[in-house]
Amino acid sequence: MNLLAESKLSYGDGGVFAEYAWILVVLPFISALIITFFGKKLPYKGAEIALATIGSIFFYSSALLYKHITEGIVNEFFIVVGNIGTFDIEFGWVVDGLSIMMYFVVGTVALLVFIYATNYMKGEVRYTFFFTSLTLFAGSMLVLVSSPTLIQILIGWELVGVCSYLLIGHYWETKDNSSAAMKAFITNKIADIGLMIGIIILALNTGTLRISEILYQSTHDYEDIKNVAFVAGVLLFIGAMGKSAQFPLHVWLPDAMAGPTPVSALMHAATMVTAGVYLLARMFPFYEAMAHEALDIVMLFGVITLITAGLIAVVQDDLKKVLAYSTVSQLGYMVAAIGSGAYTASLFHLWTHAFFKALLFLGAGSVIHAVHTNSMLEMGGLRKYMPRTFITFIIGTVALAGLPPFAGFFSKDEILASLNHEGETTFLVISIIGAFVTAFYMTRAVALTFLGEYRGHGHPHESDKMMTVPLMFLAVFAIGAGWVNIPGVYTGFTTWVTTRANKINEYHPESFDYTALFSGLIAGLLGIGLGYFVYQLQGSADKGDKLIKVEPIWTVLENKYYLDHFYFKYLINPTKLTIANAVDRINTNFLDRIINSFGLAASFLGQIVYNNFDQKGIDKFLNASSTSTDSFGGKVKLLQTGKTQQYLMLFLAGVVTISLLILFII
Amino acid sequence: MEILSNGLGLSAVVFLPIISALLILFIPKPYESVIKGVALLSSVVTFILSILVLLEFDFSKASQLQLGSKATWIESINANYEIGIDGISLPLLVLSTFISVLAIIYSLEHLPEPKSPKGFLALILVLETGMNGTFVALDLILFFVFFEIVLLPMYFMIGIWGDKTIRSVSGLKKEIETRLYASIKFFVFTLFGSAFMLLGFLGLYYRGNKTFSIPELIEIGSTGAFTGTFATLVFAVLFLGFAVKVPMWPLHTWLPDAHTAAPTVGSVLLAAILLKLGSYGFIRIAIPILPEQAKAWAPAIAILSAIGIIYGSLACLAQTDLKRLIAFSSVGHMGFVMLGIASLTSVGINAAIIGMVAHGVITGLLFFLTGSMSHTYHTRDMGRLGGNMKLLPKTGALLGFTAMASLGLPGLAGFWGEFMALLGAYNPLQGLNIVIFRSSMVAGAIGTVLTAGYLLWMLQRVNLGEPADEWKDKELHDADNYELAAWIPLVILTVLIGIFPKLIFGATNDAVVDLIFKAFGG
Amino acid sequence: MIVQPVLIVAAALFSLGIYGILVRRNAVMVLLSIELILNSVNINFVLFDAMLSDTMMGGQIFSIFIITIAAAEVGIGLAIVLMLFRNRQTANINEFDLMKW
Repeated sequence: MNLLAESKLSYGDGGVFAEYAWILVVLPFISALIITFFGKKLPYKGAEIALATIGSIFFYSSALLYKHITEGIVNEFFIVVGNIGTFDIEFGWVVDGLSIMMYFVVGTVALLVFIYATNYMKGEVRYTFFFTSLTLFAGSMLVLVSSPTLIQILIGWELVGVCSYLLIGHYWETKDNSSAAMKAFITNKIADIGLMIGIIILALNTGTLRISEILYQSTHDYEDIKNVAFVAGVLLFIGAMGKSAQFPLHVWLPDAMAGPTPVSALMHAATMVTAGVYLLARMFPFYEAMAHEALDIVMLFGVITLITAGLIAVVQDDLKKVLAYSTVSQLGYMVAAIGSGAYTASLFHLWTHAFFKALLFLGAGSVIHAVHTNSMLEMGGLRKYMPRTFITFIIGTVALAGLPPFAGFFSKDEILASLNHEGETTFLVISIIGAFVTAFYMTRAVALTFLGEYRGHGHPHESDKMMTVPLMFLAVFAIGAGWVNIPGVYTGFTTWVTTRANKINEYHPESFDYTALFSGLIAGLLGIGLGYFVYQLQGSADKGDKLIKVEPIWTVLENKYYLDHFYFKYLINPTKLTIANAVDRINTNFLDRIINSFGLAASFLGQIVYNNFDQKGIDKFLNASSTSTDSFGGKVKLLQTGKTQQYLMLFLAGVVTISLLILFII
Repeated sequence: MEILSNGLGLSAVVFLPIISALLILFIPKPYESVIKGVALLSSVVTFILSILVLLEFDFSKASQLQLGSKATWIESINANYEIGIDGISLPLLVLSTFISVLAIIYSLEHLPEPKSPKGFLALILVLETGMNGTFVALDLILFFVFFEIVLLPMYFMIGIWGDKTIRSVSGLKKEIETRLYASIKFFVFTLFGSAFMLLGFLGLYYRGNKTFSIPELIEIGSTGAFTGTFATLVFAVLFLGFAVKVPMWPLHTWLPDAHTAAPTVGSVLLAAILLKLGSYGFIRIAIPILPEQAKAWAPAIAILSAIGIIYGSLACLAQTDLKRLIAFSSVGHMGFVMLGIASLTSVGINAAIIGMVAHGVITGLLFFLTGSMSHTYHTRDMGRLGGNMKLLPKTGALLGFTAMASLGLPGLAGFWGEFMALLGAYNPLQGLNIVIFRSSMVAGAIGTVLTAGYLLWMLQRVNLGEPADEWKDKELHDADNYELAAWIPLVILTVLIGIFPKLIFGATNDAVVDLIFKAFGG
Repeated sequence: MIVQPVLIVAAALFSLGIYGILVRRNAVMVLLSIELILNSVNINFVLFDAMLSDTMMGGQIFSIFIITIAAAEVGIGLAIVLMLFRNRQTANINEFDLMKW
């Protein structure tokens, strides 16, 4: 079965470029090993190896992207690493539009973040280990996005989770940080139950772990997979909900901001959190063909996430948390888009979001580096001190708010257009409100951070070139990344990501959808306007917040809908304390007691047997027999006088007696 | 090589250690370095021999018993010295010789009190004979003998070199030394199980044409000769014998005590190899000889495994004692192994074997680490530990790695056993109750979350944070070269199996498929 | 063939020997009495050998054996007696009760 002949677009096999794409995946792991063992001895403490690695990845992925744009590449490679029953366990790498796009995103953002981090992390604890983990993360992410089999997806999926754990908990001396890391890992692990079972169901009903074959079977109406499509689809989505922080499993992402800012930018904004979206996109033909009902659920959760997270972002005073909730909200957009069947729109938003959100995070990092606090209440007026950071941050903000011609405008518009096309009016309206909220909280953040007067202590200063140059590069992307997919003008991006082994059936807007475009634009402008009015004209957060504070909604938002409270009170603490201790008590006081009482009963029985039967019965009899033998012998021994002649006399008497007996009696 | 293929090689793998143990007994006590040298040499040679066996093994015929021999042993009851290996026992045999080498390397410099290298090393070697023998024995009586041999050295290890703290025991009025309680409990508990197991063996002997030969009994069993109440009873007693050893819930309570009380090397060997004897018994004896009964019992085993997974993980969450936590984690992990076995599918049993190997490697390493730590800190109380990454960076990093491996991180060894066991349990053998198995699978999946929970929590309490004041001024020694020499190979093995599971599956898959085919048909 | 008189002689010798063993107190005399008994047995052997005309000459061979053993026995016996006499300055057999309990 030639799976590669499915799609109708024209493409090649990528030649040696595709064949050696495994280098992308393997290289970071080797580098991570080298950094671990030799990093500390090197002049730049291992950062140079990390940079070289990620630089090579960037160039390789750029080359791949170039080749893909010019001629199109679809190919996949497999290595069998084991057989179990009838299943082949295979690793491998897939080189097609979707994965090349991801390679490029990972390569570019990672390169810029690495450069940024060499300066940002200077003088911090575990500098070398930080780069080991980052490199490891890059590798793990590439394992994930290059995966042609579900099992490799799962591996990459959890590896990025571990890297996330390591990096969130980078400052593990403080318990809060290690708890945040744990929370991230365990929340994801809970979601992974869904992913794991989903994979198991798909594997057992298709007889293979290869994604392309599963997709082939689902687009060709195979009976077995059809029966389980809905369940499998929902389960896979549960997995995606964890990694891509969808409501109600988003709680880990804001806490994950405990990690260093470059980590937040790379993992918790641009790449790792998009893994869920990537998974849905990778499996999109399956959803589209068989699990349409599951897609409705996907869309529902996406929309819920985008609005709820956006609202929380409004009340946050921590700059990074604003961005974190914003990320959750934007992931909601992507998920909602996939749910509505807009494959390209979702990936397009992933693409633009990766750049401008990384930009915003790195900008925030630059600010935090300068003022040594996360709280926006202690910032303000930084535009004077940090002009380069300010300008790039503004570019990111405008891109996120969705104003033309910045990147976010095009991608958000395409999502809104798809929702409109699908006729999901309610969801469309909520998404537009979401766009308004986005613009509002970003304006609030800019106003509190950069405008007004400086409220903190000390003298903030512009960051080093190593930090501002990546910001500028990202700013370029934040402006231009959207131009690769302008309906009616140039829709190259659509072609890139739909060039896959399995055909994608979806709606591509041929021209701008003006309803969606103008409502989204107006919502964004209104948000910025209101934000500017409330926070800039009033001057400070306190006053601004007072203006728009609506009890009790505000309280609910500040407590994040009481979700954490709920989880801790009703799930985690009961498990960790009550149930676990109960089990332990059962173990020692019940099961162990049974065993012990068997032992005690046995020893008690033993006492009885020993005292009554053994000592007073058998032993007494034995003793009696020996004492009687003893006393009898004592009497008989007197016969033994030692006189030979007496013996002989007796002997003779004996002989005579016996002879007489023989003679006369017998 | 001729000398390997006629059974001599395997016999050497089995008996070389015990011969060296005897030799060690004749070396006077003052010659410590000679004793250590002999012990190390013999274990290394045994390991090399097992590698030669591995090389000689014909993987294209992994489902057949190879490199074995058969000699008359006790003629009057037709018990023979019959040995051989196939793809199922090969990985376990190599694991056993491998872990033994590491255990001896570790013991060279880290003998528990009272130091007495002569006795301790000799006991390890005797133990190795028992373990290796169990994996190659193809005769029920021979199997039983080896199965029981392991009890003795372990009993002495716990009883003599074990934890001397005084503890109270529920139900017992007076307090007792931990090592005494644990060693007696371990010995009596397992002996209790195996006594019944012997009865089962005798039952098979009398109904099965007066033979103790496992391959012959499998032939007889697969024709459906063992049926009715007899077979049910036999399976029940075999189950009892093996399940105690595994240990399955609720027969597990000897395990935490034995592990906690045992010296480091003792708990390593206990976790890494001894527990596998039970699950190996299921795969080698109980299932192929009594397939119909296995089918009848499978749902019960699956339920017990699922309970074991959840229960073990929850119990871990409640522990404050580091070693006890790891011990309870074994209950959970062996639950996955048994869940795989209960599914009676080739996927499940393959998963069980790789799970056994992975658990041996990973939990063995965990016990090495925690044992070494409790030796350094003189406490196992996690409330007092903390900041281990700062105090003992090497040990801490390895502990972090191993905890990740233990929670079934994909890409490391533990993952395959867990994931494939769940895969097997989702679609068990035709005719088994699917609701029970799928519920067990979901329970197992929830267990993975709890596993992650307690291990990460453990890491947070032990590894992370600032060190407590009581350790600040103390001079604490990080892992030395002997320890690293014992640990690093396990780390490498964990990674290798993780990224290339064919190392195990390559040997087991054909054998398992064949076993399932013989027992349950196509 | 004359059997009875020979038997009577042998019996007489035997009885003399028994008497000597039981009655004499001197250890040497006891040894001599033992010789008498042995010789009475010898006579019987030779007599019955002749009477039954044994082709293998069993009786005569046996009597030679007995003579040999008697010589050896007397040798050891006299040696014991000599040692006893040396230690105890007496050969009275009643004095020797070392084997008493």
